[in-house]
Amino acid sequence: MTLWIALIATAVGCYLLKYAGLAAPRRLLDNVWLRRFATAVPLALLAALIAVEALRGEGQTLAWDTARMGGVGAAVAALALRAPFLVVVLVAAGVTAGLRALGL
Amino acid sequence: MKAISLLRSPAVRDGLGIGVAVGAAGLAFGTAAVAAGLSPAQAVFTSAFMFTGASQFALIGVVAGGGDLVAGMLGALLLGARNTLYGLRLADVLGWRGGVRRALAAHGVIDETTAATLAQPDRASARLAFTTTFVVLGASWVVTTLVGALATRRVSDIDAWGLDAVGPAIFLALLWPRLREGGARARLIAGLGAGLALAATPVLPPGVPVLLAASAALIALIGPESPAAETADDTEEVRS
Repeated sequence: MTLWIALIATAVGCYLLKYAGLAAPRRLLDNVWLRRFATAVPLALLAALIAVEALRGEGQTLAWDTARMGGVGAAVAALALRAPFLVVVLVAAGVTAGLRALGL
Repeated sequence: MKAISLLRSPAVRDGLGIGVAVGAAGLAFGTAAVAAGLSPAQAVFTSAFMFTGASQFALIGVVAGGGDLVAGMLGALLLGARNTLYGLRLADVLGWRGGVRRALAAHGVIDETTAATLAQPDRASARLAFTTTFVVLGASWVVTTLVGALATRRVSDIDAWGLDAVGPAIFLALLWPRLREGGARARLIAGLGAGLALAATPVLPPGVPVLLAASAALIALIGPESPAAETADDTEEVRS
């Protein structure tokens, strides 16, 4: 039940954030500080999410999982080769699964 | 005839391509959501009504880690705040002032629709690209989430399929074009964000370290604006 409430509340919040942009007064775009901060937030958040999920261990610990890190490395290589989104995701999962099958 | 010429228009073609490719990532979301402990109904609800991939993955990441739901919600909302910026841009491009139409369109303001819309030369094709991408992507995102969610229930060992690498890979694909265009300052902000989150992980509840990382964005307020930073959020991620 708690999970449902969290999902619904987040969905409503995400919608309001989208709507706020479409309906906001134009002059907000001109605020340089707001724009600079808002542009930078996804950079910090996405990088943090990558690090925390790639190195996730049991509970709150960090752990090195060679198969998972191999998959993440393969995703980086795919992105450097300008592979499309779907290929990047498939390569990451495929390499990780492959390395695990090899016992790593 | 009209249908054929419509299908040939770049606006529709872009929308179809993006919709199909990104909708397939819904498979990954469905499997990850159920592996995290959501029911298939909750996974499908999330894709249909939260409808912004990075926030969805961030939230179920916290659920999977057994973390504080409030922290997970705040992280999802912070990530969703970039859609506000997209909306600010799209408002002028789409020019929909009316209440109902604007309220419906708002739900579709995400990375991919923004990329497809801003790539069009005029308002008519921008509206067409926005609508096509929204509809195609939305439908395939929800359907593939359901398929992924149901498949996971039959798969006993998620890790054997390498699905734990899918979340980081998706975030990487979203981050990559921003890093490439944002220059040294973008890399500094990303590096500091990752470092802060890792350092905080052992001592703070799951979800909170990622929130803390947002403070790295304050670096963007120091000194002169880097010229590339302005365009860096311009949603190249899907087509790059």
